[in-house]
Amino acid sequence: MLKSQFLRTLLAAALFVSANLVNAAGPIKIGTFLTTTGPASFLGDPELKTLQMIVEDINAKGGLNGRNVELIHYDTGGNAREALNFVKRLIRKDNVDLIVGGTTSGDTLAVIPEVEKESIPLISLAGAVEIIEPARKWVFKVAHTDRMAAAKIFEDLRKRHLTQVALITGDGGFDKSGRAQILKLAPEYGITLVADESYGNKDTDMTTPLTKIRATSAQAIINFGFGQAPAIVTKNIKQLGIGLPVYQSHGVASQTFIDLAGDAAEGVRLPAAALVVAGQLADTDPQKPILLAYKKAYESKHGPVSTFGGHAYDGILIAAEAIKRAGGTDKVKVRDEIEKTQGFIGTAGVFNMTPEDHMGLNLDAFKMVEIHNGAWKIVE
Amino acid sequence: MLEQIFQFLVTGITVGSIYALVGLGFALIYNASDVVNFAQGEFVMLGAMNAIALLAAGLPLPLAAIAAVLLTTLVGLLLERFAIEPAKGASVVTTIIITIGAAIFLRGVASLLWGKNSLPLPAFSGNEPIDLGGATLLPQSLWILGGTVVLVALVNAFLNRTLLGKALLACSFNRAAAQLAGINVQVMLRLAYGLSAGLGAIAGILVAPITFSSYEAGIMLGLKGFSAAIVGGIGNPMGAVAGGLLLGVLEALGAGLISSGYKDAIAFIFVLMVLFFEPTGLFSHKAAERV
Repeated sequence: MLKSQFLRTLLAAALFVSANLVNAAGPIKIGTFLTTTGPASFLGDPELKTLQMIVEDINAKGGLNGRNVELIHYDTGGNAREALNFVKRLIRKDNVDLIVGGTTSGDTLAVIPEVEKESIPLISLAGAVEIIEPARKWVFKVAHTDRMAAAKIFEDLRKRHLTQVALITGDGGFDKSGRAQILKLAPEYGITLVADESYGNKDTDMTTPLTKIRATSAQAIINFGFGQAPAIVTKNIKQLGIGLPVYQSHGVASQTFIDLAGDAAEGVRLPAAALVVAGQLADTDPQKPILLAYKKAYESKHGPVSTFGGHAYDGILIAAEAIKRAGGTDKVKVRDEIEKTQGFIGTAGVFNMTPEDHMGLNLDAFKMVEIHNGAWKIVE
Repeated sequence: MLEQIFQFLVTGITVGSIYALVGLGFALIYNASDVVNFAQGEFVMLGAMNAIALLAAGLPLPLAAIAAVLLTTLVGLLLERFAIEPAKGASVVTTIIITIGAAIFLRGVASLLWGKNSLPLPAFSGNEPIDLGGATLLPQSLWILGGTVVLVALVNAFLNRTLLGKALLACSFNRAAAQLAGINVQVMLRLAYGLSAGLGAIAGILVAPITFSSYEAGIMLGLKGFSAAIVGGIGNPMGAVAGGLLLGVLEALGAGLISSGYKDAIAFIFVLMVLFFEPTGLFSHKAAERV
């Protein structure tokens, strides 16, 4: 009788210990909500593939702090309300330790109140400066902002002593946000906007607004947008024989743009992440080996890399480093460690976060590139 | 200023001829069955995407274009056989809804086959702009204008000069009477879908060097082409062309002289006005309704 009592106690103790062991060895759960279908799917698709690739890699190398990483993903389809629902599910049902994601600014901005309320670290992959301005306790981001792109273009204009600029933008969210930043920053750089024209992103001909620009005293043209519209603008500029320098945004920093615009793209300049010109960086550039390694790993599986996949790379690795330094998944500790990220070399640049700056990139993260013989060339 | 207005007009004609070419495709199916085929834009997209894919596969451009038109015609025939024919006897509205479903289906298949990026097709005779006294025009625009003229002439000749074409028209005037007169309505319907798809594909291939193409390119082109057909009087090929050019010029002048932001609004207000005051279109024959 006594013996069986003892055995039972022993069994209970064993169960308790093993349950504890399982708990300690259970996976670290990283949640993500991306736009892998719908109009922004060409952004979310490489992001998800990159996250899966990195998680696989981390697990193959023994995980983080001896624990495997589990990625839990939901597709928002670019619908902000869905994004919020999925984030609630990630937090309450899946009990994730941290969230990486929000492909678009709209998705990210929609979930910020929830993330702040539930006190869980979020690393966004979207562009809008509003995500980190003002700095919120739990929200970080890794993608360049449109304000940085505008500033980089203005710096280059100043170097070329061009002060009269014509602006032409589409009717999408990215276009409008970029336009706002350009209008805001122009006076700081002593630049006068002599035209502010617009078009629809689905239009097939932009010669009408460009004809109006031709009649102004503009010395350069800035076009802010992504997709096929900037390529049509570039072709129309050539068609109309407007021989002015043309600046595009980081939204078209992909081979697709060169393919679409053809020889009209020659001489077009734009700010782009170093990933686009990885092979041309100086060998001393600390980013170079990282960019080439990511490019090789991604391209061996999925085809050409994009800067958007690069943002996912930066996001999840910053998270992984923070979890390692925090020695666990305590949310407050992980958050503090993300904020202390210093000298992290990612695909978008070198990250130095502070309590005031939850992105930590400076203008050097952008390279000014020019299209030359159908390929990118750094002009610094 | 005068030079600017001249450029707006040239732009308007360029864009308008694209609308006209797409609008033309709506006429045939409407003539055969009174149905507005909302998958017409997808035929345009399929033509362009097929040509781009075949070109990438190594075929020379003319061969790729011809093969793309044939492939798209086949898609049109299959669509008729497996989506429209099973709903024989359904009302016009039901059939229109089926074509909307078909459009969504074709878009989905295209996104799976060719991805979601826009793709270019090289211009047929270079990209050097042609200078017309201050206004410039791409050589491809001449191809589009020329293609429109040739296709309109062919469609008109087919409908009015050949027995087959007259049989097709007869189906639209009175289906039952046509059947009693020995016309096989079923075959006519297949013919209409096949031809429309082929016509759409030609339009797609002609405009793709200017507009590019992607899996969703058919939505906007289809909508504008449909507006062109409505303005001109749907079912009348010449009307679709006139309607398209009118829309294009209005858009360009509106965007140039008023504001780029109101471009689409101006075009659609114009379409609404036409529907208010001339519900059958500007160029349609006034059909006397039998009692």
